Amino acid sequence: MSELTPAISVKNLNKTFKLPHEKTTSLKGSLINTIRRKKGYEEQVALDDIAFEVKKGEFFGIVGRNGSGKSTLLKLISKIYTPDSGDIRVNGRLTPFIELGVGFNPELSGRDNVFLNGALLGFSRSEMSQMYDEIVSFAELERFMDQKLKNYSSGMQVRLAFSIAIRANSDILVLDEVLAVGDANFQQKCFEYFEKVKKENKTIILVTHDMGMVKRFCDRALLIDRSKVKEIGTPDKISRQYELDNLKAASDDEKISNTTLNNAVELLRVIPRSKLQLPKSDNFTFDIEYKLKKSFSVEIGLALITEGVSVMEHNSRDIQTPSEAGTVHKLTYKIPLHNFTPGAYKISVAIFEKKSLDLFGYNSGVSSFIITGKHEGGLVTTRGSWVK
Amino acid sequence: MNHLVSKKNRTLLRELVRTDFKLRYQGSILGYTWSLLRPLLMFVILYIVFVKFLKIGKGVEHYPVYLLLGIVLWGFFTEMTSQSLGSIVGRGDLIRKIKIPRWIIVISSSVSALINLFLNLIIIVIFIILNKVDLHPSALLLPLSLIELYLFSLGVSFFLAAAYVKFRDISYIWEVVLQAGFYATPILYPLTLVPNITFQKILLLNPIAQAVQGARFNVVTTQTVTSSTLSDNTVYILIPVIITLVTLLIGGLYFKKESKYFAENI
Repeated sequence: MSELTPAISVKNLNKTFKLPHEKTTSLKGSLINTIRRKKGYEEQVALDDIAFEVKKGEFFGIVGRNGSGKSTLLKLISKIYTPDSGDIRVNGRLTPFIELGVGFNPELSGRDNVFLNGALLGFSRSEMSQMYDEIVSFAELERFMDQKLKNYSSGMQVRLAFSIAIRANSDILVLDEVLAVGDANFQQKCFEYFEKVKKENKTIILVTHDMGMVKRFCDRALLIDRSKVKEIGTPDKISRQYELDNLKAASDDEKISNTTLNNAVELLRVIPRSKLQLPKSDNFTFDIEYKLKKSFSVEIGLALITEGVSVMEHNSRDIQTPSEAGTVHKLTYKIPLHNFTPGAYKISVAIFEKKSLDLFGYNSGVSSFIITGKHEGGLVTTRGSWVK
Repeated sequence: MNHLVSKKNRTLLRELVRTDFKLRYQGSILGYTWSLLRPLLMFVILYIVFVKFLKIGKGVEHYPVYLLLGIVLWGFFTEMTSQSLGSIVGRGDLIRKIKIPRWIIVISSSVSALINLFLNLIIIVIFIILNKVDLHPSALLLPLSLIELYLFSLGVSFFLAAAYVKFRDISYIWEVVLQAGFYATPILYPLTLVPNITFQKILLLNPIAQAVQGARFNVVTTQTVTSSTLSDNTVYILIPVIITLVTLLIGGLYFKKESKYFAENI
């Protein structure tokens, strides 16, 4: 096998699930359906003509929203599902981690579970015996190995499972978001493991919707949207597209839901006027619309939020804020972007009583936009200089 | 099937069987002792009922051993098929999350049943000694009967395990079939109690009946009615063997075809 042979090559892959209407797992049900010539199921396309290649030694991300088909794709690559049509070629030994600790049995001791799980991952008993001490000490569970697994805390179970999983010595590792669990300390261990396998030049496929992980580890990524490959490209490109898709979807289906209003306010919303994706040389302009049920002196506050941090806040104290009841008022706001780092930003707006500053309603994070460009880290663009 | 011998699969099989065994006697004080104690107690009860009270097998030499051997072999068939039936669905968590050869799961159920069979046979040896049965060299042919029984059970097991994924009725149907099969197979009664030779011949077309009667003939008493004592026709004698092989083939192929979709159907 030459270095140029792709580790995984997928062509024209299709998968459709038959979803039973009511679970017809009985003979009677299936007989009745046959007689009535009724299909007892609905067809749902999970993957539609998927094609991509993963090079040897590549850290490849697969991202997509929930229900986009990424887990199905993962299971097809891992040969857990069988494709309807198409071709999946895997060169080398592949170990999937759809979940940590597959086959763990709560009634068995920690020790027995290690050997069982190891066998499921393809280790022989002698290999397991050799690695056993290492596994146990890495999981920091020396004192607990003869106890039944059901007496372990969930954290202990995950530690044990992970400690076995990282021994997998395959050429290709397929990782689902298994590693999203656990505390910060555990995640740190996972990241160290990622760094290590990345250095070892193993081929890795990571399914995630954490764009931070994609940017940090992946060489390339694939964005899957509604069963189709939407884009394959650099982590930056993919994560931007993914975030953009998410923003659109979020503003489509929950314009109202993140809005909380008290009985004096009828409407409060943000309507972007600029494109949702723009370079930092541009300005982002948007309208704030609101409607009051009764007249009172009003103040509008707004905030720009990125990565959970409010990076800019402003209010309408300096302007005449209209406050008659019954009509929709519109304020337009413009933000020059040159001081912001590229990334996704959300807009929150709130409506206050001017004197008491009592909160009368807010609309948070429903509207958002993306500043494009190369991300250089940090939240501000200001850079210091080296003092000679 | 060609990977059965691969080291990886053997390890996996061993671990699955080991787990099965560990879980079986979970939390019991006597633990593994039960795997010997249970059949022993069962046999004592059967012995009292059938030998002291019912006296069905009066005309049969060493009837207690004759009876127990039949019960043990039938019990093996029941245990293996019933356990295999639910094995794929029962291991659904593995099948949905990891790529292991599906057939290993059925084989591991069958190995568990085989281990129990051998433990039971040990108890039978005790009864053979107690009953002063004269063992002939023909007893060495016992494995032939066991192989026939195992292969037939395996074919049925593969079919049931795969069918149960789609149709959960199978478990109820299978219970009834096993009940019927128990009486349609000469386990409790000597075949000579069946009045009509044609009926006897029909009953012996059943591979389990052939295996059970063959085992009894070779180990316990040559008075046992078998296919070859009823007929000289080689074709007739071979029919149960053919049924066994066909069952294994159909069961295996059906399992292979269905196993591709286990993960999504469970």
